[in-house]
Amino acid sequence: MTDTAATPAHFEASHDDAHHEADHKPGFFVRWFMSTNHKDIGTLYLIFAIVAGIIGGAISGMMRVELAEPGIQWLESWAGAGGNEALHMWNTLITAHGLIMVFFMVMPAMIGGFGNWFVPLMIGAPDMAFPRMNNISFWLLVPAFLLLLGSTFVSGGTGMGAGTGWTVYAPLSTTGSVGPAVDMAILSLHLAGASSILGAINFITTIFNMRAPGMTLHKMPLFVWSVLVTAFLLLLALPVLAAAITMLLTDRNFDTTFYTASGGGDPLLYQHLFWFFGHPEVYIMILPGFGMVSQVVATFSKKPVFGYLGMAYAMVAIGVVGFVVWAHHMFTVGLSLNTKLYFTAATMIIAVPTGIKIFSWIATMWGGSVSFKTPMVWALGFIFMFTVGGVTGVVLANGGFDDIVHDTYYVVAHFHYVLSLGAVFAIFAGWYYWFGKMFGRMYNEFLGQVHFWLFFVGVNILFFPMHFLGLDGMPRRYPDYPDAYQYWNEIATIGYMVMAAGMAVFFVNMIWSLFAGKKAADNYWGEGATTLEWTLSSPPPYHQFNKLPHID
Amino acid sequence: MMRFLTNMMLAAGLAVTSLAVASPATAAAPQPEMAPAPQTELAPAPGDEVESDVPIADAAEAAAAEEEFEYSAPVEAIGQPDGRLGLQDQFTEVGQQGADFHNYILMPIITVISLFVLALLLWIVVRYNRRSNPTPSKTTHNTVLEVVWTLVPVLILVFIAVPSISLLANQYDLPEGEVVTIKVTGNQWYWTYEYPDHGDITVISNMLAEEGEQAEGARFRTDADGPRLLAVDNRLVIPANTTVRFLVTASDVLHSFAVPAFWTKIDAVPGRLNERWVNVERPGVYFGQCSELCGARHAFMPIAVEVLPPADFARWVRSQGGTMPGDADPNAGEAPDTALEDGAPVPTEDENLIEGEAEADIVDQAAVTS
Repeated sequence: MTDTAATPAHFEASHDDAHHEADHKPGFFVRWFMSTNHKDIGTLYLIFAIVAGIIGGAISGMMRVELAEPGIQWLESWAGAGGNEALHMWNTLITAHGLIMVFFMVMPAMIGGFGNWFVPLMIGAPDMAFPRMNNISFWLLVPAFLLLLGSTFVSGGTGMGAGTGWTVYAPLSTTGSVGPAVDMAILSLHLAGASSILGAINFITTIFNMRAPGMTLHKMPLFVWSVLVTAFLLLLALPVLAAAITMLLTDRNFDTTFYTASGGGDPLLYQHLFWFFGHPEVYIMILPGFGMVSQVVATFSKKPVFGYLGMAYAMVAIGVVGFVVWAHHMFTVGLSLNTKLYFTAATMIIAVPTGIKIFSWIATMWGGSVSFKTPMVWALGFIFMFTVGGVTGVVLANGGFDDIVHDTYYVVAHFHYVLSLGAVFAIFAGWYYWFGKMFGRMYNEFLGQVHFWLFFVGVNILFFPMHFLGLDGMPRRYPDYPDAYQYWNEIATIGYMVMAAGMAVFFVNMIWSLFAGKKAADNYWGEGATTLEWTLSSPPPYHQFNKLPHID
Repeated sequence: MMRFLTNMMLAAGLAVTSLAVASPATAAAPQPEMAPAPQTELAPAPGDEVESDVPIADAAEAAAAEEEFEYSAPVEAIGQPDGRLGLQDQFTEVGQQGADFHNYILMPIITVISLFVLALLLWIVVRYNRRSNPTPSKTTHNTVLEVVWTLVPVLILVFIAVPSISLLANQYDLPEGEVVTIKVTGNQWYWTYEYPDHGDITVISNMLAEEGEQAEGARFRTDADGPRLLAVDNRLVIPANTTVRFLVTASDVLHSFAVPAFWTKIDAVPGRLNERWVNVERPGVYFGQCSELCGARHAFMPIAVEVLPPADFARWVRSQGGTMPGDADPNAGEAPDTALEDGAPVPTEDENLIEGEAEADIVDQAAVTS
């Protein structure tokens, strides 16, 4: 079989200069569909994440509209059916929102997008270690996403689509969901997981083997450290997910009973396996954000990161401890007292390295000469919002307290504070920070600030009331609620609209900046930006570091 | 092929259980595996007309006609949400302890930490902006500071852990003395409550539909039943000031039995018996909602608990055709066909409930307290 990407000729443009300049780009199809260039693949990942983010965000808009008032207002018209089919649609929406935002928005943006773009640049490497594996990592995501989207058009039991929640708990996902939708969602996760495992292998190899001379591990930028730790988490956690959902598939289709009590299986086995993956997964979503925020904070404070080693090893510690706390997601399943005590204690320990990071960021800014450009305000927002999400995490860590708020909006508020206000804020910080570097044109600073403030105010109006709803007992994953919860739900929906207005500003800014933005200088942030990507042009040459840089 | 057949059967079952949104509750949900034991509350009783009005306590009449047991009306802001900012009022000792733990320890600590971080950030904005501080310092290390911000959080966590462990241990610590055991089963999408100690009363509890949305001939909700989406046709009835042990399981998919006012939330898992106990001091009506995603009608299988003074509880038991443990023939109701799943005999309090159920994972009291 002929491998079409195998010969160098494919990578050369229509004309063949005597000198192969660094900026020599292949034709459109080869460049974007058979790409082996880490920057192009990074761009593809970012485009993918934006598309997925729009879809996932639109779904959350549908949910907020339905929840604005008690009663079922919209589901029946959206589903084109009444009764259980309409209600099933709600479950499809929450499932799709969760899976899309986790697997197709945050992860591709952080690891695939910024990781691909800036890990090689920051360590002084010409590209990733396995450029073609990099390509398949991306292209596995596309069918994965299509499978997930396609699943909403086929039966998932009581209605269209997989209505199992992103956790896909058995037995709702096995005997409880007849029809191909859940099978498609599971296969989607398989593909997305394979994509991430290949990506993780690529990052680990690249970071260990391709650092420029003189760049020891302890001189690596913190973003590279964060991607390295994340890659290890992916490598160790995703195979467990793959096993768990493969057993789901065989339970569904081949009469195995891994998760069926009547056949000697156990529904809780699935939960243990899922959360053994799922808890590291939440750190996978936040660690690269830690890295980006560290870069941004140092740059705009014009100071090196405070306590560099502490910062790096705090991430390692979070990664390690993140593997032994999974059952705090299962405090109400009927664990024994000792199990709950252990997972309570282990979970609380994570607050220590997280605290080290928060305080080190503050210490980095302390005494600095801080300019509050758009990336920096996002980073500041991240630090505060992540603190709020972090302290409610400490509250939830208490197994004895969790009983009252487990599976309520308190939990929803908590994980949106660390993800929607944590991970997403970090993504925006990185996006504005590197926008000029990636695309050669500067974003509009005024619109960037407007975007931040609308988004910041919006998500806080959206998610803060959810703490109240949760404490008062409102369960998650409900399309309708007792009238007592109406007030805060209305407020939350208003918050969504403010946030959505912020996103409109963002897209206007991006379209305007891509076409008419000011040309970006090589190092447009000045003296604070010290990592290697700022030594290159904006955008960097198609192939950089043909001559490896030396780090003192 | 087996799977296909099973799926077909399941689909058929779903079709039967499927109800329009407009009529979320029926008087009699299908209960394929239910023993035909005394399901006294199933059929719409003649007393329905009475119950659709605001019930007037009429002890004499209730005593005369035992089927027409008068249930109490819920009280606003007790045992149900009221849009407040904090936890619902607690009516168990453990719940009170948990609420105090949250209100007086956790909340102040996390508020102070968040405000402290916010204050530091604001100070940076004011003091270390580009204009106020044009020359950045070069400080990148301060060992004392780093040790402090590692150790202080550790101390705070230890401070939190002590009451946390005590709360957790108390939740598991089943008090000595009389225990009323109730088996709670989650089904798609209703709850079943069985009273093995009381002549195997079985209560099937469906959400009540709003007026005009109920099924033909079925009851609709009135304010005396409780708020919209929380009121049920047949409440779970428990005695006050008594240790009540719930053995929670599910017949199809995961559910979760939750009553916020009792600090109780425990998953209903097929093949397992999970245990939780409560001791409620105040008689009254308390509501909860299924708290584990269980399919299309997850939001429409509430839990309503009526707590009665022990004497009234006994009266209720007899009105359901059950027997109190002291009654003349305590075994009268324990017919062989009213067994728990797997055909195991109905256990008494002293028996080990996991006997004969290999996959059951009841939290063993001895193991917990040791």
